[in-house]
Amino acid sequence: MTSATDPDAYTGATPDNAIRDADRAEKGPVLAADGTPLKASLARSLRVQKLRALGLIAPLLIFILVTFIAPIADMLFRSVENQIVSETLPRTVQELERWDGESVPDEETFRALAADLMIATELKNHTRLGSRLNYETTGISSLFRQTGRDMDEVGEVYLDQFVELDEAWEEPETWMTLMASDDWLTARDQWATDKEEAEAAQDAATTAEEAIALEFTTPEPDFQLNQISQEALPRTASIYRQFAQVIQSEDEDSPSEEEPWAIVYQALYEDLTAGRGEGYDGDIAGLLTEAREAVGSFEEVPVREFFLEEVDEDWADPEVWGTIEAFSSPYTAGYFLASADFQLTPQGIERQPEDQQIYGLLFQRTMFMSLTIMFSCIVLGYPIAFLLSNLPVRTSNLLLILVLLPFWTSLLVRTSAWKVLLQQQGVINDILVWIGLVADNNRLELINNQTGTIIAMTHILLPFMILPLYSVMKTIPPYYVRAAKSLGATPFTAFRRVYFPQSVPGIGAGCILVFILAIGYYITPELVGGTTGTFISNRIAYHISSSLNWGLAAALGSILLALVLVLYYLYDRIVGIDNVSLG
Amino acid sequence: MELPPYATTGERIWFYTFRVICGLIFFFLIAPILTIIPLSFNAENFFTFTPGMLALDPDAYSMRHYEDFFTNSQWQTALRNSIQIAPAATLLSVSLGTLAAVGLSQSHVPARRAIMAILISPMIVPLIISAAGMYFFYSRIGLQGTWIGVVLAHAALGIPFVIITVTATLVGFDNSLTRASANLGAGPVRTFFKVQMPLILPGVISGGLFAFITSFDEVVVVLFVGSAGQKTLPWQMFIGLREQISPTILAVATILVVISIALLTTVELLRRRSERLRGLSPS
Repeated sequence: MTSATDPDAYTGATPDNAIRDADRAEKGPVLAADGTPLKASLARSLRVQKLRALGLIAPLLIFILVTFIAPIADMLFRSVENQIVSETLPRTVQELERWDGESVPDEETFRALAADLMIATELKNHTRLGSRLNYETTGISSLFRQTGRDMDEVGEVYLDQFVELDEAWEEPETWMTLMASDDWLTARDQWATDKEEAEAAQDAATTAEEAIALEFTTPEPDFQLNQISQEALPRTASIYRQFAQVIQSEDEDSPSEEEPWAIVYQALYEDLTAGRGEGYDGDIAGLLTEAREAVGSFEEVPVREFFLEEVDEDWADPEVWGTIEAFSSPYTAGYFLASADFQLTPQGIERQPEDQQIYGLLFQRTMFMSLTIMFSCIVLGYPIAFLLSNLPVRTSNLLLILVLLPFWTSLLVRTSAWKVLLQQQGVINDILVWIGLVADNNRLELINNQTGTIIAMTHILLPFMILPLYSVMKTIPPYYVRAAKSLGATPFTAFRRVYFPQSVPGIGAGCILVFILAIGYYITPELVGGTTGTFISNRIAYHISSSLNWGLAAALGSILLALVLVLYYLYDRIVGIDNVSLG
Repeated sequence: MELPPYATTGERIWFYTFRVICGLIFFFLIAPILTIIPLSFNAENFFTFTPGMLALDPDAYSMRHYEDFFTNSQWQTALRNSIQIAPAATLLSVSLGTLAAVGLSQSHVPARRAIMAILISPMIVPLIISAAGMYFFYSRIGLQGTWIGVVLAHAALGIPFVIITVTATLVGFDNSLTRASANLGAGPVRTFFKVQMPLILPGVISGGLFAFITSFDEVVVVLFVGSAGQKTLPWQMFIGLREQISPTILAVATILVVISIALLTTVELLRRRSERLRGLSPS
């Protein structure tokens, strides 16, 4: 199709020929130089461009997602997460579903609690759970710790009676036969053989290095239950399996060499008295049948009585049970409620007692101080920005350094400067005494209160007000004010009606910036704020490092984050993120 | 802004009052920083001017707090940690940040606003929240209390500054230069280092300086993510201010003020150079 009358008589794919071909084709699509439709070709090149741009951004995006966004997401998750109760006390939580919420729970619930606590104590989880629930009801922590100490006594009476019935019950091997699966027994025997061989080889080693190299470090295979006893004796099997796990993982011992905990005998007693165990037809069926016939005449010690009389009478307190029940779900709004001075009680959501309503006050104070700092920044920043934008460039650049120097100076340097200046024996008080404004024995308290925080933070955040204001004011043409004056406005009216409205966007930008920064400040309030001049952020830090109530810290942090994001959205709408200037 | 010859008395009074007010505000801005400099030469362990200092008695001044800073092992460890952590974090954020800024400044980037919002977020989120989140998450994955953890955290905090300064420099970048370079046979990598990089270098360096100062000055995140082994200079100052307040802090503060003056000058010079360079390039 190429014309031989081409100026250069060049045949093949050139842009000119493509255009000519396209012209000739009546209705065909416009073609690119290589003959593909132009549309497809453009789409492909756009796609390549997009992919290349994304390829350049991807490493950083992944980096930020992992190092920054994931931590924030983790914090949000922690503010509602509450798996510790249902994980540590699974049986109790299940039994508590039947509880009426007022009386002392029944024997079954206490049996479940004893089993859960015995395992938790062995895994050393009960103190953690105690301190978690202690945030909600004081006293639970010590109750759990004390109860943990008594747990190995539960079921002892049955242990003795079973052993009296037949000494075989004392033998770990009896329990192995009853509980372990055949697969596991084979695997364990194989492991034992391997171990013996390895030890023999080690003994035969001539040098110490060789002996170390030959050391047998493989742990025993993880214990497995057999199917029959799991069905026939569900409780005993469930506890025995956890016993075996604890023995293997915590004590690094073998369940085949350890006598089970007393609580296992308790579970066996429960299973047998409930009429279970008939389905068992394994090797020691005779022993089990004998036991099943005998349990009816066993001396019975109810777990409930043991808890209430021997362990701690606090277990009769419905408050304790209510707390466990209220926090048994894997996710909770409890931390958020606590951040708003409410609490989750067995009776539902209630207001915190008057003397414990600290967070409302703290949020109010944070707001109040941030607003005060913001207004002080406007009052001090506006004249400076006005002066800078109206001076000749050379002078204003020089004066701008006076604004930028504090901006660039380390935050801690500025904070330490204020700490030094504001002390009772500090420079400011010295000068005031020297002038005679203040009596020497009546020096002003400028630090470790709200005054200190407000003064220091106004100074620290002032550049963040001046810089956006200055950049807006620089663009206000001076002739508007002149025109207003020539039309008869007084200087004040000209300023109020003409100049000021044009500078409002700068005020808006500066205010939001200062407010966002102020509301999340930590270091300065911590150092100069004392007890009355601290922000919500100081409370968050306190909960992370001192009280260890991470959930509450995460909830407070989430609220603060939501607040900042809303403000930031406003800032984006008013100013735009791309206009963030760094001076 | 000059006083016109026809100004009324009231205007004259206001003109001078306004200047005095501005002078006072400038004084408020700069005086606290300047006060600590002479105080750091105090011969006594006081935080205020002794009568001897006011009388300009040479004996009332001394370098003992500076000596303490350079001999005290705690301060030296902190200084060393700071010097090790800040450059590593800066390097990480500058290299990743510049690459991403180049990508972001291309004409067709899908979901540009969302990506930008994510990359800028470390600057927006209050430090205490970043610190809390990082503490929780890094202790989950075993980075809490490690050098790597602190460097990663500081790099994340410095990235928005690199992104902002470098994309700002790239706004005025003339793309026909890269096309010309490609036309002359240079590959993308060669084009980047030979054509693009020299032109955006001022932006990259000032972004890097911001990232450096962010890490060097950062205390909240390192308090939570770091352990005693990563104690940085600001951390040591923080402890010093909270517990055993000693005038050595003022000596350290003076040194930091000098450093920030040096950095400020560098950034200002770079900004001027960048403007000059971009003024030269055809637009």
